[in-house]
Amino acid sequence: MEAARSRAPRHGLGILWIWIVLSAIAIPLVIFVLGPHLPPGKMSSESTDQTNANIVMTALLTPIILIVLVYFVYSLIVFRASGDTVEDGEPIRGHGPTQLLWIVLTSVIVLSLAFWGSYTLVQSAKGAGGGQGPSPAFKPTGSKAALPIQVIGQQWNWTFRFPTYHAFETRELEIPVHRLVAFHVTSIDVTHSFWAYELGVKADAVPGVDNVAYVTPRKLGRFMIRCAELCGLWHGHMAVHGRVVSDSAFQAWAAKEQVLNRQIIPYLGPYQRVYVPEPKHRAG
Amino acid sequence: MTDTTADTQAHRPAWRGLIGFNLLTAILLGIGGFYLGAWIGGKMAVGHDYLIGTDQNDVGIFMGFLFGSIGWLAGLGFFNYPLQRLVGRAPLSAAAEEDMYVVPDATVAQHEGGIGRYFRLTTDHKVVGIQYFFGVGIFFFIGGLNAMLIRTELLTPHEKAWPAGQYISLVGLHGTMMIMMTSAFILGPFGNYLVPLMIGARRLAFPRIEAFTFWLVPLAGLVLLSAIAWNGFPTGWTGYAPLADQARAGMDAYIFAFILIAISLTLVGINLLTTILTMRAPGLTWGRLPIFVWGVLATSFLAALAAPVLVATMLMGLMDRAANTSYFISSGGGSPYLYENLFWFFGHPEVYILALPGFGIVLEILPVFARKPLWGYRLAVAGMLGVAFLSFLVWQHHLFVSGMNASLRPFYMLTTELISIPTGFIFLNAMGTLWRGRIRYTVPMLFALAFFFNFLIGGLSGIFLSDVPSDVTTHGSYFVMAHFHYTIMGGLVFAFFAATYYWLPKMTGVTLNETLGKIHFWLAFVFFNLTFFPLFAAGFLDMPRRVSTYAPWLQPLNDFVSASAYVLGFSMLIFVANLIWSLVFVRQPAAENPWMSRSLEWQVPTPVPVHNFERIPVITAGPYEYGVPNAQPVADFGAGGLAVAGK
Repeated sequence: MEAARSRAPRHGLGILWIWIVLSAIAIPLVIFVLGPHLPPGKMSSESTDQTNANIVMTALLTPIILIVLVYFVYSLIVFRASGDTVEDGEPIRGHGPTQLLWIVLTSVIVLSLAFWGSYTLVQSAKGAGGGQGPSPAFKPTGSKAALPIQVIGQQWNWTFRFPTYHAFETRELEIPVHRLVAFHVTSIDVTHSFWAYELGVKADAVPGVDNVAYVTPRKLGRFMIRCAELCGLWHGHMAVHGRVVSDSAFQAWAAKEQVLNRQIIPYLGPYQRVYVPEPKHRAG
Repeated sequence: MTDTTADTQAHRPAWRGLIGFNLLTAILLGIGGFYLGAWIGGKMAVGHDYLIGTDQNDVGIFMGFLFGSIGWLAGLGFFNYPLQRLVGRAPLSAAAEEDMYVVPDATVAQHEGGIGRYFRLTTDHKVVGIQYFFGVGIFFFIGGLNAMLIRTELLTPHEKAWPAGQYISLVGLHGTMMIMMTSAFILGPFGNYLVPLMIGARRLAFPRIEAFTFWLVPLAGLVLLSAIAWNGFPTGWTGYAPLADQARAGMDAYIFAFILIAISLTLVGINLLTTILTMRAPGLTWGRLPIFVWGVLATSFLAALAAPVLVATMLMGLMDRAANTSYFISSGGGSPYLYENLFWFFGHPEVYILALPGFGIVLEILPVFARKPLWGYRLAVAGMLGVAFLSFLVWQHHLFVSGMNASLRPFYMLTTELISIPTGFIFLNAMGTLWRGRIRYTVPMLFALAFFFNFLIGGLSGIFLSDVPSDVTTHGSYFVMAHFHYTIMGGLVFAFFAATYYWLPKMTGVTLNETLGKIHFWLAFVFFNLTFFPLFAAGFLDMPRRVSTYAPWLQPLNDFVSASAYVLGFSMLIFVANLIWSLVFVRQPAAENPWMSRSLEWQVPTPVPVHNFERIPVITAGPYEYGVPNAQPVADFGAGGLAVAGK
């Protein structure tokens, strides 16, 4: 018993050293090699915050996964039974300090993650690009001057409407760079989810609801728009490209679209925050 | 009485055995009831199809399901007992009925009934356990087959294998079948079979309700499969309104099947809860209760409180479809959010209904094969109860981008992340139990260890989903799909197989082939990870869930996943082969206590006698006293009782 006790710390130290070495190798790899590839990239301030969240969490979870794995692999090799005879191990029922340490450590990690997540959501990213419903709780600065764009989901397409530009309607989306955009996402049939991947925007399109999500694009380029909520047969086909363009290019595009729209604008319904869906009919 | 029945049976031709209250009668009466109900419903609601703008009459379909279910239950003989009581014939004396330790004569007679007893209503908890094992197993394999067909479609980025409508039906059937059946995956077979044996009881608190809960499960499975006749349903397992309201008649099958399963789940919960609270043998204090029973207790608590919400939700959906109400329809003044909240208020406890008994199983198995007491027993209990309690407070993390009021998001982020603290306890218990143990690598132990690897990845990937900024990217993508397959398939299903290899020798009296078991394990473990780990990447790389088409540059990744999934599916066939080979052809009798466990259920003879214990044992020690010097035997079985094996 005495001999066993004096041997006990050696296992612990062995595990600790293996873990430290592996973590020292793995964490930089995760941050500097995997990190830049983690989604959704840095096209907008919201997506930058999300990417940073993903990098930090991956880096934080790496040593946690490693300590459990190292411990398991070490124990499974070192403490395996030899021979066919079944003999009992030491009757250790628990160890108060270890349990306390574990509870404290996991609580600290969890609480700081929750605090940091809330800080990002409430303070730094202000909604983090997620849909916040008709009266957003977390508004970015200058949200009153945001460019409103209505996103209308329907089976199985997206339509975009620009209320400040005579409510013209398009099937393509262009947004100006460095300008706060407020997506007003709604639907005219079933629930969809507007997912602008590179922009870090996701907001459910719910019939009868004006779901607002803010984003500030920072880089020019194309982004992918998909539907992220099962909406029936061609759910996977609700994919289009959008573009972040310079402000002047956006104004030119908007003017051109308004000209193209001039003929159909009288036939489009007036701009509304939500549209009452058609009376229900069973679809195929 | 038993003798005369046996005599007459010997002289009867074989086909006469098919007549009576059994599965065959139930199927016939169920089908007859369906058509009768559909006809009555059609007459009740003339013009409903016109109002809804469809060629289907939902009232008729729901009435058909209702009458069919009544026919099914009548065919099995569920109404015999109430009707007998109604006309004043008491099958048991009132005193005997009150006594929780008496096994009714009817149960004893059923126990003697040979293979036919598995196709009838029986109140023997051991027969119900086996019925659950095979009943749920069959539906699990149908769900698995659906998964193979889904992966076949995803071999190419375009619709190729199946038309889009069939593909979306497959997704819905796979998800719903799996969620419905795996709810009863452990509570059903192992909860029903083992809890009385582990707590020193002779039966469950409500044996007839126990039989009822089982027979609702195949009924729900058949109702759900009947959706195929109406080309399935397009909503996946979540059944979100208003898509559900727009869907055709397959949705009615989904709604009705979920109602049946939720009733079953509620009653299972109440039954096991009552049993554990009131029927423990003398001396079985809370501190000596096997950890699996604690897991069942926590799960039953969840099932009894969460599943009724699902019944209510589905009934509202039923009314929306059949009676033109608009609980969930915006244009009629309802709200799709009402559905989402109600569904996930059930849905999140539901995922812990799946996970918690798995925790119980692996913690039950680890001490036996590490030959050490369970490390930190109280912490394990606290962990399970903590998870059970917190799981009611987290449901809106499924709705972070839904457009509900965002003010509560920090709260749900906090509660969701808090749940990882009690879950972490379970890992600490496992790590402490392995420490300086004498670990033996049997098949159940391998599955139990794999549970921890899979659940580690599954659980920690959940942290991404609980964090709102990260969830905005990962919500609704393959990342979520990989996450919950890691926890449910990698957690629950691996725990199920651990339990199967561990307890089936006691339950059937037959040893399973170990070599085939090890091949099954290694194929399942390796290819499970090869199947689902790449899907985290697919989710990160902009691939939404439940799509039949995806970006072409993701094809190599998806092909790799599909190939791995086929091998994973093949490994399940090895399990089936092992089961048939060992149970039907070899039938090598199992030792009474092959794993040298101290636990009470291993101290009874194999096969387990109908009364379980000659006398109710007096529990004298905890079940995990491995290596404790001068440890007491686990129970005193009384004079003339059973010998106590183990130490």
